[in-house]
Amino acid sequence: MPHVVAACSTCRQFTDGLVEFDVEADSVRRMIGELDRRFPGLGEHIERRMAIAIDGEIHQDAHGARLAADSEVYLIPRIGGG
Amino acid sequence: MSEVMDRPQTLNLKVVGTRPIRPDGADKVTGKATFGADFSMPGMLVGKIKRSPHAHARIVSIDTKKALALAGVKAVITAADFPDLASEEYEAGESAANLRDLALNCMARGKVLYDGHAVAAVAATSSSIADAALALITVTYDVLPHVIDVEAAMEAGAPVLHAHLFTEGLETKPDRPSNIAKRNELMRGDLEAGFAQAEVTVEGRYTTAAVHQGYIEPHACVAAFAPDGQCQVWSSSQGQFMVRTYCAKILGLEASNIRVTPTEIGGGFGGKTTVYLEPLALALSRQSGAPVKMVMTREEVFRATGPTSGAVIEVKLGAKRDGAITAARVVLKYQAGAFPGSPVGAGSMTALACYDVPNFSVTGFDVVTNSPKVAAYRAPGAPISAFGVESAMDDLARELGMDPIALRRKNAVRDGVKAAYGPTFRNIGYLETLEAIADHPHYKAPLGPNQGRGVAVGFWFNVGGESTAAVQVGEDGSAVVVTGNPDIGGSRASMAMMAAEVLGLPIEKVRPIVADTASIGFSMLTGGSRTTFATGMAVTQAAQKIVVDLKRRAAQIWDVPVEQVDWINGAAVCLDAAKADKGDLTLAALAAQSARTGGPIGAQVSLTAQGAGPGFGAHICDVEVDPETGHVTILRYTAAQDVGRAIHPAYVEGQIQGGVAQGIGWALNEEYVFDSEGRMENAGFLDYRVPVASDLPMIEPIIVEVANPRHPFGAKGVGEVPIVPPLAAVANAVRAAIGVRMTDLPLSPPKIRAVIDAR
Amino acid sequence: MTSRRHISATVNGDPVEFLSEAGTTLLDALRDELGLTGSKEGCGSGDCGACSVIVDGRLICSCLMLAAEAEGRRIETIEGMADGSTLHPLQRKFLEHAALQCGFCTPGLLVAAKALLDANPDPSESETRYWLAGNLCRCTGYDKVIRAVMDAAAELRQARV
Repeated sequence: MPHVVAACSTCRQFTDGLVEFDVEADSVRRMIGELDRRFPGLGEHIERRMAIAIDGEIHQDAHGARLAADSEVYLIPRIGGG
Repeated sequence: MSEVMDRPQTLNLKVVGTRPIRPDGADKVTGKATFGADFSMPGMLVGKIKRSPHAHARIVSIDTKKALALAGVKAVITAADFPDLASEEYEAGESAANLRDLALNCMARGKVLYDGHAVAAVAATSSSIADAALALITVTYDVLPHVIDVEAAMEAGAPVLHAHLFTEGLETKPDRPSNIAKRNELMRGDLEAGFAQAEVTVEGRYTTAAVHQGYIEPHACVAAFAPDGQCQVWSSSQGQFMVRTYCAKILGLEASNIRVTPTEIGGGFGGKTTVYLEPLALALSRQSGAPVKMVMTREEVFRATGPTSGAVIEVKLGAKRDGAITAARVVLKYQAGAFPGSPVGAGSMTALACYDVPNFSVTGFDVVTNSPKVAAYRAPGAPISAFGVESAMDDLARELGMDPIALRRKNAVRDGVKAAYGPTFRNIGYLETLEAIADHPHYKAPLGPNQGRGVAVGFWFNVGGESTAAVQVGEDGSAVVVTGNPDIGGSRASMAMMAAEVLGLPIEKVRPIVADTASIGFSMLTGGSRTTFATGMAVTQAAQKIVVDLKRRAAQIWDVPVEQVDWINGAAVCLDAAKADKGDLTLAALAAQSARTGGPIGAQVSLTAQGAGPGFGAHICDVEVDPETGHVTILRYTAAQDVGRAIHPAYVEGQIQGGVAQGIGWALNEEYVFDSEGRMENAGFLDYRVPVASDLPMIEPIIVEVANPRHPFGAKGVGEVPIVPPLAAVANAVRAAIGVRMTDLPLSPPKIRAVIDAR
Repeated sequence: MTSRRHISATVNGDPVEFLSEAGTTLLDALRDELGLTGSKEGCGSGDCGACSVIVDGRLICSCLMLAAEAEGRRIETIEGMADGSTLHPLQRKFLEHAALQCGFCTPGLLVAAKALLDANPDPSESETRYWLAGNLCRCTGYDKVIRAVMDAAAELRQARV
């Protein structure tokens, strides 16, 4: 089951301070849906404000990206460059 | 759609890695290239802006009647001509912008929040009439106390800019509005335990001033609003799609009715990833029925376009005697300017990114101030936090009696290590950059009196994102590569090179075009060091699709199975020995027969590029300090950087050199100076002192290549990393030269003189 | 509207005529009246050099000269630097050395560099840097610019031999 870490202080307001979760999901889309079910509002927050690092690679708007059983997933704020 | 690429091609490259002349070069050296202010349309009016002279005030009334009555004036607008937007986050640049704040920044409504804030605009038949019209607009203000210093703005009792702004990110929601828009926090381990384990601690408090991106070309655009609602905008911008989206949102128009063409752009560095003029020019054009050109003066650029944050950085490091860092605490307070949105989040995430620290806490505050709304500036947020951390690291090395490069190596992140901001690093080249500077002759060169050497490192994420590329093959076997990314550093040459490599064409036969919003699919703007990576990926995939198609066509012509066809050096080659008499079919030969084999030859790829490789840099700086004048001379500068793969090495070197130069200016001379009324005193290039040719030595770039497996040629973003280390590299060199740690940038001569006098 | 004055001058070897208001700068006249947009406005105060032109053999910032002052004078702009479609060695060297990124400061730098080499065909690196100190570039850090100018100087010296 992919292990998800919310590496952002803004996520904690949805999760009551919880930072790490195991999420049953094989794609980013399903992971977001599952997280939103557990913590209402977190799903939209992730879609709008967060990027997702899967096994070290940063993804943005990557609903279709697949998650393996041992995937390490980090939720980090989207970064704008210059 | 994004696919994992095959292992990047690194062998036998014929074009990638060479240094061809840029395809837009002739126009640029002959003055023919069309930048924003060079563009004209028949019947064009001149648009100008009326700006607030107060740093903070309520707008009591605006009287435009006399201005409208002046002969030659064709339109006058205020906030009343724009929809009153609800607060909404929308992503059209690279990260979400609040549309209401963006609209209010373009045209003040109810309140002005900085000296220079736009309150009205006019369009007239000549520049002098427009000026006269501005003078006839009467604005009545109720002046309010203002606050610009970031810590002053954080204090309870400071003048509050926004009555509805409550600090986000606190445990309990506050009951009182504040200038602190947001507090973020990044944590790992147990900070107290970590400091308890430390055998040595160093602490420092550092400050930086607001600095401007300093692009030499002021903002400029031409907008034409036709009676049928079709709009055209020509703008020197880092993103034509971003301009289209923001204009549509701010004016309440359909994006499909707006066509934005990017002109050549005279520098951006992040400062042109937003809009200031375009919505105003469109509104003026709508009212007047004529095209309107708006060009900022240099003074307007300084007063009213985003610099980056001035900031306070507090750092405490704890380490063992052997140099292993056990704990780090960083507090960042960044100015956001008139509306929330400083880059303190990125500054927080990058602060410790080069180090594997088991226990840390990084707290960041985003603070609004009565100064122009902050805009992105090359690795936004990162140079500021790096200045503090790298200065503290330098003090730590001194405290431990340890070589500064060795200290960084001891604590370096590497593949398999979790980044401070979360994910595990893969395919990074940080250690390689440290080796590169440690081994470089610069590091061992002798120093003389009043001279000092400083080392610093830096990190930037680099970004992927959406890009579209279309490649067309002409009937003569040449190719056109069309993308939607304005070229701010030579990227269009790299696009042509990647396509030429895949197609097997000489670079002279590939023409790159930067297209408008109606002529190419969506592309995220040029910025975030993304273009060579993401748009390059789309270009390469499009060229690869064409090669697949070319093989099919050759197979058809030869009547062989397609598996018997290979594409080598720009030609189809038949692998079936029995048909060896066929000879190769070149791209030109296939193009000539395109009608018979399926029609015109071309391919388009749209993708969201994932897996942008983060970049690391390590710099060495030598300075000499004149004890009489306090003047700092940069004697020598060497900058190593992991770029993945240098597609066009000369432009990669150029990015490194340019970023270093900006960082040196930030360290030594650049700052916004405000008077007691909150007005910028140095809104011009005379007193806002950017580096000139005589300030700098040659800057030696060392290109390190640790390939990014996600890019077809292994490229990582390049443009932003180079500005991250120089602030501390210079400060650390000055520390070595004068024996005193200077913590407040810029290190201008009077400050250094004062320290030397007190020594 | 104030009345406009008629100006006659020579630009890049050609006789030109245009009208200008009293306060119009030479830069504005070149760009708006004569369509020579190669000279750029970066600051309007003579601090960035993007508007550099040569007037009667002297390098100046055209934003600091009134159009009216151009009466009867010989003006050289970036547009006159190439010979037809043959680039000047300075222009060629800038391209070879990748001495431009956004290209906005490039016309001013080229005109200033030409004035340098007209005055001093064998400048040292230091002399080159100080001569060009009036031309701001924010993209390149000047490294490749200086190399290009010195390389062009070497080629021009060679050609004279």
